[in-house]
Amino acid sequence: MKPLLQSEAFVRIAAPLAVGILLIGLWEVGCRLASIPVYLFPKPSDIFASLVHNGPSLLRALTVTLRVTLQAFAAAVVIGTLVAFMFVQSRAIEVSLFPYAVLLQVTPVVAIAPLIIILVKNTQLSLTICATLVALFPIISNTTLGLRSVDPGLANYFRMNRAGRFKTLVKLRIPGALPYFFGGLRISSGLALIGAVVAEFVAGTGGRSSGLAYEILDAGFTLDIPRMFAALFLITLTGIGLFGAMVVLSKLALSDWHESEIGAET
Amino acid sequence: MKALMPGEPLSENPDQTTASADKPPAVEVLSAEKVFANGTRGLAPIDLTIADGEFLTLIGPSGCGKSTLLKLIANLIEPSDGRLLWWRGEFGKVGQDGRRFAFVFQEPTLMPWARVDANVRLPLELADVANAKMAPAVAEAIERVGLSKFARHFPRQLSGGMKMRVSIARALVTNPNLLLMDEPFGALDEFTRNNLDADLIRLWWERKLTTVFVTHSIYEAVFLSTRIIVMAANPGRIFRTMTIDEPQPRDEGFRDSAKFAAYCRELSTWLAEASLPTASGAAS
Repeated sequence: MKPLLQSEAFVRIAAPLAVGILLIGLWEVGCRLASIPVYLFPKPSDIFASLVHNGPSLLRALTVTLRVTLQAFAAAVVIGTLVAFMFVQSRAIEVSLFPYAVLLQVTPVVAIAPLIIILVKNTQLSLTICATLVALFPIISNTTLGLRSVDPGLANYFRMNRAGRFKTLVKLRIPGALPYFFGGLRISSGLALIGAVVAEFVAGTGGRSSGLAYEILDAGFTLDIPRMFAALFLITLTGIGLFGAMVVLSKLALSDWHESEIGAET
Repeated sequence: MKALMPGEPLSENPDQTTASADKPPAVEVLSAEKVFANGTRGLAPIDLTIADGEFLTLIGPSGCGKSTLLKLIANLIEPSDGRLLWWRGEFGKVGQDGRRFAFVFQEPTLMPWARVDANVRLPLELADVANAKMAPAVAEAIERVGLSKFARHFPRQLSGGMKMRVSIARALVTNPNLLLMDEPFGALDEFTRNNLDADLIRLWWERKLTTVFVTHSIYEAVFLSTRIIVMAANPGRIFRTMTIDEPQPRDEGFRDSAKFAAYCRELSTWLAEASLPTASGAAS
């Protein structure tokens, strides 16, 4: 058994945690010493108190945002993967559709969100559509790249064994694409949250939302800055949680063989 | 049969080696030539008969078309002119007769996400072999290359030589009639290579497996082959043919014999001649 300080896992958790506690401590002490008013820049303790005090309403907002995020993420994964499969099946499809995928990616969601919110009556649905549009592209581009990045030697081997399209897809292309796909998931999960929050902001200004972004807007109107920070804290926490979940998922799927997930021990 | 001296040119009658009257030749290359799309003449018209059960090695300087010839034999590419026959039939007939090819590349080309047994099982899965038949065939092939203890390992956990063994097991698992190997041990150190050569010749002997082998190594060619085709470049063609008259199965003792050294010397001289610009017909 190694001493705790030399353990890689312990250091990986403890070091950033120590930095975080230090920063929060400085923040708290700094605010107190400079006596900065709560409505300008709240202390961490104010934020924590607000988190506890507004707990039920913030949690309700969190569930709303989380639902939109997860729905959008799921939709992006399903649609993105299907589109990627289509792209690799036919060069013609890819060439004719890829520019539009790029078009979706480069159009800022803030700019199209109002349009979608007006067009789609159901708020939940319109928010999900906005967030999906944001989260879609990394899945499409990464999965397409992965499905194309087949080891040429293996591709040759499959061809020599007269493997059909379907078998080549299932046994060669899909397993080979997994590392890229999981890379896409990590980016996309974060983007789904960003898309959801941005869309909520847009919808929130029209008074048609109830997610965390709306909490932030509402707190801004009432100058309840600690509640604003508390909502922000929850959004950040959600993002970290999503990212962590994707890391774990990718580890579970790839740790046996892929370089990116193999520890330093080998 | 009287022992042939290594120096005797044999290209006049290449069929005398192991061909027997009752067995059709495994492959006949009939004036096949290859001109690539950019106009390069990869292969001048070549005539070659590969007898059933033969271990034939193609050797020659870079660009002599030995890999191209191997690809023609594997039907991976079509000849520009001339044709090839497999067991006296067209390529389309090969599968229907239940005859199979196996190919071993220079790289092991294993699936990194699959364990050794899953990698070896792959050609059976691609050929839609029944599940019940797969397991014993896979176990036997892995056993033959001495990797039974590593069946549940991933390729990254194996050494280069072991990966190559997995690749050979994958080739053997279908019980092929014709084994085509393109510099399979080229990337390995000499010690590992010698070991694999010894294994390969044992497997070849046990299975009476017609093998076409491409290599750069003179020693490997002499040790393994019943017949060696020396090729020359510009355009790729057969320069000379050497029959290695040493009983099978050969063991490491052959490597130390004076006969082995004589064959190697002779082959080395031929290779030097084949590499000369004059022999290649172009001075560039």
